[in-house]
Order: sequence, then C-alpha cells, then structure tokens
Amino acid sequence: MTDNKGIPEHIDDKLFTVKYKCDEVSHLNPDQEECKKCQDRPCAYICPANVYEWDETQNKLLVGFENCLECGACRIACTAHKLDWRYPKSGCGVTFKYG
Amino acid sequence: MAQNTNREVVDAVIAGAGPAGISAAITLARAGKEVVVLERGDYPGAKNMFGGAIYAQPAAEIFPEFWKTAPVERYNVEHRYALLGDKDGTTISYRNGEHSKEGHYNSFTVIRAKWDRWCAEQAEAAGAFIVPETLVESLIIEDGKVVGVKTEQEEFYAKVTIVADGVNSLLAKQAWDRPEIKPENVALGIKEVISLPKEKIQDRFNLEGDAGVIYTILGGPMQGIVGLGYVYTNLDSVVVGLGVSLEDLKHKKTKPYELLNELKKHPTIKPLINGGELLEYSAHLIPEGGFKAMPTLYKDGVMIVGDAAMLVNNVHWEGTNLAMMSGKFAAETALQAYDKEDYSANMLSLYQKKLEESFVLKDLKSYKNVMGFLEDNSKVFLGFYPSKINEFMNQFTAVDGVPKKTKYRQFIGDVIKQRSIPQIMSDGIKFANLAGGILLK
Repeated sequence: MTDNKGIPEHIDDKLFTVKYKCDEVSHLNPDQEECKKCQDRPCAYICPANVYEWDETQNKLLVGFENCLECGACRIACTAHKLDWRYPKSGCGVTFKYG
Repeated sequence: MAQNTNREVVDAVIAGAGPAGISAAITLARAGKEVVVLERGDYPGAKNMFGGAIYAQPAAEIFPEFWKTAPVERYNVEHRYALLGDKDGTTISYRNGEHSKEGHYNSFTVIRAKWDRWCAEQAEAAGAFIVPETLVESLIIEDGKVVGVKTEQEEFYAKVTIVADGVNSLLAKQAWDRPEIKPENVALGIKEVISLPKEKIQDRFNLEGDAGVIYTILGGPMQGIVGLGYVYTNLDSVVVGLGVSLEDLKHKKTKPYELLNELKKHPTIKPLINGGELLEYSAHLIPEGGFKAMPTLYKDGVMIVGDAAMLVNNVHWEGTNLAMMSGKFAAETALQAYDKEDYSANMLSLYQKKLEESFVLKDLKSYKNVMGFLEDNSKVFLGFYPSKINEFMNQFTAVDGVPKKTKYRQFIGDVIKQRSIPQIMSDGIKFANLAGGILLK
C-alpha cells in the first residue's frame, strides 16, 4: 500500500531506472559445484539487484548478470569464496546518471 | 631483467578516476608531470555512488573555490539525527545559517555523475590524460616492483603507479596478496534518487534558496543491526538510502531493498518523498573496516589511495574527503620521489607518514574500535537503548490522565525488567571505555 506511485517497491521496477550497456558474457561466474553444497546461499538475498536465484529443478544457481550494479557484495558474502567476480569489460555494465 | 628499454614510461599511471585518483592526477599535472588516468566507466563518475556530502574544506584544497564553477547541488545548513522506532521517531537537528555563506560552507550535496566528471575535467585542463572506457586488468610487476598497468588493449609503464580502483580493488588483491575483505568490514549501500520540484523541497525541508539538509537515521528497519540510513536534498531531488553491514545482512536474511522500502514507509520519512518519482536506484559497497582493515599503503613503485585503501570514516560519513586527501598525499610523495629518482617502498613510505600526520589516519585511529564495538553490541546499542528513547518520548509527550510520576516509575521499571541493573552498569562502562578510547588514546 503506497500513495507513492512514482516510487516503485518491486526490484525489477527499481532496476528499470538504471542504464546498462550489456556485456554478452557473464562477468559473474559462481562455482556451481560449491553452490550445490552451499547451505544458505547468501548471494540469493544480499544482492541489491537480485541477480542470483537458486533453481531447485535445475539444481543450479541462475545468474542474471545483466542487472548487476557491480557493488561486489556477492564476492565478499560468498560463503565458499568461490565466486569468480570480475568487472564487466571496458565500457560495459552499469552507468550511473546520478550516483 | 626482461625489460624493453624502448618502452615509453610516463611519470604516473593511475587506475581509477574517482575522487582519490583525480586528486592525485591534478596534483601531479599541476607540477608538470605526465599523468595517465585509466577509468573503466563511460566517464569519470559513471560507476560511482555515495551517501551524500562533499566537504568544502578538503575539496577546496584540491579545487580552490570549486563552488563557483562546480556542479554542486545544495550547501548543507542543517544536520538532522533521527532515531526511529517501528512507528515513531525522535529527531534532533542542528542548523547553522552561517553555512549558507561563502567562506563558511561546510558541505555540499552533489550528483556524482556530474561532480566526478567536472573534477576530471579540471585535471584534464591541468594537463592530465584521462582515458575512459578502459579497464585496468592487472598491475605489471617486475622483480617485485610495480612498473605499470595492463589494460585489455595495452600496457602503460610508469615511474609511479597509483591504485585508486575503489572498494573492491582487485588490483590491491593482486599486488598486496591482500586477504579477501571480510563481510563485517564492508557495508552495502543502496539508495534511491527521487525527483521533486524545487519549491516542494524547500517547503518540506524548511529551506531557503539552495540550502540543504542531511538526515542521519538510526533504527527503523535497521533496529538492532549495524546500519544507518540517510536522506539528503539535491536541487530538485531527494535521496533516501542506507548502508548496512554485509555481515548483519547475511544473518538477517533480508533483501537490502526491502529494508529501504520499509525505511521509506516510516512516518518520519514518508512525507519527505511523497509524490516524488524514482529517477535512479543504485548500490555500492562502503569500506568500513577502518584502521584495522587497511592494507599496506605502499610498495615498490606503487601507492594505494581512497576506498581501495579502506580510507573511510563511517562514523562521520566521510569518504570522499579522505579519498581526495590521500590522492593529494600520494601525489606529493611521488613529486619528492621524482626529485630523488627513487621509487622504492622506502621512499614511498613518506605517503603513509603524511597520512599519519593528517586528520585522515588520526581520525581512523581514534575510531578504530567503534565498528567492532557496534558489531558486538548491536542488539543493545542499536536496538534496545534507541527503542527506549522513543518509548520515553512517547510517555513524555502523551496526555492521557496518568500521573507523571507513575509514568516515569513505570518506564524505569520496564527498562530494568528488560535489562538488569548490572547489565545497564556494564553497558555504561563499555560505552565509557569506547568514548575514552576516542578521546584519550
């Protein structure tokens, strides 16, 4: 319930305000074997862009790298420290217009 | 020594065109040195985000009288501290009208995409080469000495390399063999820039002209966890954000933007942004480990500055100023190194000395125990006591037929029931020790 129609609550709508120039390949590469073993998968809830989602049927961590805000929280929060985290290639990724 | 003697060696190569890198660049360029700054974003500022203020005094040391030409939003005349409960809140505010006058400016709000770009333009005008859309992939290390950097396309060799690649500093990890940053040493910062007409902002925040307000917010959805919220005013937008310890976020298992949604719904905050429109959502890490989590600041041929060096005073929301000062000190050290043609760690240790003699490391030393204290005692000092202040204010302001003495006794009784007298005394001693550590040591 909000009378702030212009200030969306859903993360997809928030991310809609962000300008991206997308890389074709993911700059975020988790070690899927470690992800299978991981107990609490903090990446799935600490990420401010909701990049990670555990897919039970595929038994796999889905990575929506296109939405990444490049903060690095997942890299540090990863329990096994097995997330290969890089910056997107030169000129790619997020461009903040305000920041 | 597999060195190509024909290679071009500039005086300095700087990885990152944020406040630290640009301050180093402009200081070197003004002294006539050949400087190359490599920036991975589309333009300086494209990847940057912060929680509000550029401080007038340190910024003016690099960019004298910057407020006359720089794209600043508002000069802050008031700082409000809001202590939020679930549905209530206590706010105290300090306003100083002098801060609206030139010569007395304290801080400015800025839009980083504009401000960082302007700063880089000043460095460019002074003679620095700023190369955007260029990611530094690694440092070039020869015989244990850093001699330059490698990008996707080419290599840049320099007498001195300055690492200014921000909080994640993948370069520091490479050169320093730095252990991975721990979740308790960073906060995740997220914020929303919300557009509102200028007149509305003036009315809502009790402002005249281009004066602005900063809110520091404790509690609300962050009760009992290490996290702070903020609100500040741009010319025609209001920014609401928060920074929360990554360690606590991990344990709380909450999505960060849900905390921010909650904060925006709080009765103290909601009326400030009503009717606005979201212009941009953003996120960034804040290095909060402070003095204890700092990497070595120099090595042969290289210095590390700004967020990459963990130079943030989180208690006071200071970061860009420490970044600028560290960049300036690194550049001044490099200038002395050129005179002696000595780029060894021994020579560059002067950079650390300059930081130690300035407010930068003095402040970080003073506050070195604060984060550990808060992490260990967050439920009590960021949960229990703040909630009691709001409960007290609720009792104190209510007119409900209950005699005042009964109310006070009941309030004290409740406090003691929830936290025993020995516990309260021990809390007092802990707090006194922390304060003593800041004031006396």
